[in-house]
Amino acid sequence: MKLLASPAVRVGISISIATGLYGVSFGALSVTSGLSILQTMALSLLLFSGGSQFAFIGVVGGGGSGIAAMSAATLLGMRNGIYGMQLNALLRPRGWRKYVGAQLTIDESTATSTGQEDPAEQRRGFWAAGIGIYVLWNVFTAIGALAGSGLGDPKQWGLDGAAVAAFLALLWPRLKGREPVAIAVVCAVATVIAVPFVPAGVPILVAAVVAALAGWFSHGRRDEGLEPDIEPYAEHHYGRHGCGSPGQRTEHGGSAQPGAGS
Amino acid sequence: MNLWIWLILACVLAYAWKLVGYFVPAKFLEDPRTSRIAGTMTIGLLASLTVVNAVASGQALAADARLGALGAAAVALALRAPFLVVVIAGAGTAALLRFLGWS
Repeated sequence: MKLLASPAVRVGISISIATGLYGVSFGALSVTSGLSILQTMALSLLLFSGGSQFAFIGVVGGGGSGIAAMSAATLLGMRNGIYGMQLNALLRPRGWRKYVGAQLTIDESTATSTGQEDPAEQRRGFWAAGIGIYVLWNVFTAIGALAGSGLGDPKQWGLDGAAVAAFLALLWPRLKGREPVAIAVVCAVATVIAVPFVPAGVPILVAAVVAALAGWFSHGRRDEGLEPDIEPYAEHHYGRHGCGSPGQRTEHGGSAQPGAGS
Repeated sequence: MNLWIWLILACVLAYAWKLVGYFVPAKFLEDPRTSRIAGTMTIGLLASLTVVNAVASGQALAADARLGALGAAAVALALRAPFLVVVIAGAGTAALLRFLGWS
């Protein structure tokens, strides 16, 4: 009961429910993309990163090879390494907590934690969101996979349209400002141009190279594209441009400042 | 069976990225380029996956019911609909267009 009095825990629980629910769409789309229920569950249990999981099944569903699916998922997972660095500086986990915390390091658990000011709340927010999403995401993946496997022809239900919508929904919250929109458009055009010339799945990797070059040469915000799919602090005002955004924290000299403290 | 190998490798590498963050010295954070590339790559990959799923059919380009799904999803997102509603809007539009005869 005492835990529920913590604002970070309450935010963590509500973000867990919102994120967990869309595990249904992942589960259903995964089995209709040709993965087995066991493979679908392996992705949610072991890979556990929404964007990368959708990328993997998106490439497989589009006829791409396993290696292209693996590459797309892995490139999309790079930002979790950045979150790991921020959380390590912020929470300073010790021993086994590092290894368990690493698996729970995703957009939403990071955003829930970094949106708090008090170090104890930052810690509670991370674990509440991380554990809550992990449990619900896997439960709802299983429900979606079981439901999806009984659907018959996925096209009749418009599930290929659902995949398009899911990717756009993952992209949308990251299109804040002119530069991210420009990067998205350039990468979309590069993809369309590449489709007829290279095997399925590879156009996505071409776009990744274009995007990496854009990141290397541009001078945008350092946390560009590092927004969670669902913003935990949407109702409050310390959202995107306040202390809620992981990258900005360090610039403001907040407690994520490398080397601060001990 | 073959897919299992790449799937497990994807899981191992995903965990490796996460874990690396906890063991890399925090001074890497001071190079804004690292996190900017992680961010622009996220945007680029998601944009590319959206387009591939909307218009690619193997190695050919196609304009079919999936374009309708893309439009419906954009409208739903502009109206600030939650994720699941956006996905259902996409599926429903594609199914409806197909029912009306647009492949």
